[in-house]
Amino acid sequence: MTGLFSEVFLSALLFGAVTAAIPLLLAGLGEQMSEKAGVLNIGIEGMMLAGAYLGFVGAFYSGSLWLGFLTGAAGGMAVALIMALLCVRIGLNQIVIGIALTLGLEGLTALLHHFQFSRSYPRLPAADATVIPLLSDIPVIGPAFFKHHLIVYLAVALVFAMGYLYRRTQLGLNLQAAGDKPAALDVAGIDVIRTRTIAVLSTGALAGLGGAYLANVGAGLFIPFITNGAGFLGIVLAMLARGRPVWVLFGALLFGVCLSLTTAMQVAGINIPTDVIQMLPFLAVMIMLVLFGRRASLPAALGIPYERGAR
Amino acid sequence: MSIDTAPAATALDATSGAATRRDILHRLLMTIVPILAALVIAGCILLAVGVDPLAYYGYVLEKGLFSPLGIQQTLTRMAPLLFLAAGLIVAFRAGMWNLGGDGQFLLGAVTAAASAPALVEILPAWLALFCSFLIAMLVAMIWSLVPALLRAYQGVNEIITTLMMTFLGTSLANVLVKLVFRDPGTTVPQTRTLPVEDRLPRLFETTITSGLLLGLAAIIIVHLVMTRTAFGLKLRIVGANPRAAVHAGLGVPGLTIAVFAISAGLAGLAGAVDIIGVQGNVRADWNPAYGLAVIPAVFLARMNGFAAIGFVFLLSVLSIGGESAARRLGVPNHFTLVLVSIVLIVLALAEYVDHRYHQSRKA
Repeated sequence: MTGLFSEVFLSALLFGAVTAAIPLLLAGLGEQMSEKAGVLNIGIEGMMLAGAYLGFVGAFYSGSLWLGFLTGAAGGMAVALIMALLCVRIGLNQIVIGIALTLGLEGLTALLHHFQFSRSYPRLPAADATVIPLLSDIPVIGPAFFKHHLIVYLAVALVFAMGYLYRRTQLGLNLQAAGDKPAALDVAGIDVIRTRTIAVLSTGALAGLGGAYLANVGAGLFIPFITNGAGFLGIVLAMLARGRPVWVLFGALLFGVCLSLTTAMQVAGINIPTDVIQMLPFLAVMIMLVLFGRRASLPAALGIPYERGAR
Repeated sequence: MSIDTAPAATALDATSGAATRRDILHRLLMTIVPILAALVIAGCILLAVGVDPLAYYGYVLEKGLFSPLGIQQTLTRMAPLLFLAAGLIVAFRAGMWNLGGDGQFLLGAVTAAASAPALVEILPAWLALFCSFLIAMLVAMIWSLVPALLRAYQGVNEIITTLMMTFLGTSLANVLVKLVFRDPGTTVPQTRTLPVEDRLPRLFETTITSGLLLGLAAIIIVHLVMTRTAFGLKLRIVGANPRAAVHAGLGVPGLTIAVFAISAGLAGLAGAVDIIGVQGNVRADWNPAYGLAVIPAVFLARMNGFAAIGFVFLLSVLSIGGESAARRLGVPNHFTLVLVSIVLIVLALAEYVDHRYHQSRKA
């Protein structure tokens, strides 16, 4: 109990929070993009798992974390390609396909891992951190926020890049229109199917990257079902953020702190079931919804496949 | 999505009998051919990892369908799945995405597991079980009240709220098992075990739980209520077009709350029927996550109760047969997930192809 509020403990807690938040952030940003374009992407959990597995395999055999991130993103994108073909191009039910992809990838990654590594769980060496000079010297905050792998800073930068994309670029507007009034976008001469496909593929890449980070940096190994609902958390974050990337970041950090707190409590030997702490972020968000819940501003055409000329 | 698949033939002419038969035959073909295709695709995966697919499917069929013990296990597995499917049919037909089935299921299971062993000591067995069912249903209904109220009066999207409530519910169920209802007599955290003789009776001389009959009754009643009663019609109108429902003078908020209560109540009953009929207790961190597999099955059944029974049966055969085939052949049980996933995707694809074919013929 004595060490609970020491400087070291606190900065370790926050460091863990950031590490836990990054996969959620990437998944949330990805899901947000799909939802903006009108595709409810329930398969994101499967995309994360594909990313985690292929990301781990890539990093494990090449010895390069960056190559791992690349293969992870490619893995997520490959799953997203199936989703784009089935749900965007030929308009199958997004919930059926999404859940089917999640189930399938849960099974497939566990199966491949079994045949490849049997019951052993090889570890990757710890990821080397990029230390930001000066800022990392601040007590508590420095070691917590400024001694991470380079990809963490890139992920945070991506939040602002996404904000710019949605507000200032043609593609951002197209995405928004594809979700709100796809027919109008079509009339304006822009291919709705193509716009939505871009969104779904980007989602896959981001989710895959998130999964790869989770396995390679967060855990340092791959175990079956490693994402453990992170993709569904991403869906929750994206819906709560109402189209704003910055809110995804805040939400991811909130959940990250709670996830980190569960491990910290165990380390500190405090005798509360971890389930209690795992409930905290959801309780907080539910209370916020009850107090401030207003009509959610979801895209009008969310979940509805676009068919040209259909009424 | 259409509200209902209109009856294929009107009962005016004499050919209607043949037409209905042709329709049923067509439906059967549209189910069996895709499943065979899915088995071939999944078989290729098995071949790729060096397992004989024929041997695998042989075991699945033998243990899931043809062996006396296997088919009994399969039918027993169906009981909770049928309740879950019934709950989802109500919600989906009314256009509400209750994705919180697993949380409602687990809370129902835990409260049933806590109340049943205590109640059988003071009440006659049948009354005790009835009360446990009731408690499980009520708890799950209350659990769904927050998403229901938020959706009914604030318009908060129920996908987010039910997903969050399911995460909360899973954790809460664990907390209840570990801290509140823990059996002091065991080292592993679990609830008190309901003695086998006090559980739901088995059917005849078999090991099939009588929960199966309850589940069948539940899903058929739900189907009839949704298709044959004024209440069901109201719910379907809300699902098809909530604005039109308001204009038609329906009390949409009240109906919304009713839908959530019925849907969650049935999920709670699913938990209870699994505990009181089969498991006997709840271990900490027990979560079979049935909901995730049932949701797409209900969609593929087009929210038709009878078709859903068929899909639930298929899911049960695959999961029971897959478990034992995996054990015999040294494939991890995870392959069942892959198989179910491929079956779902191919069935969805087949429906699309069929739809397209009919459209082009009409045009």
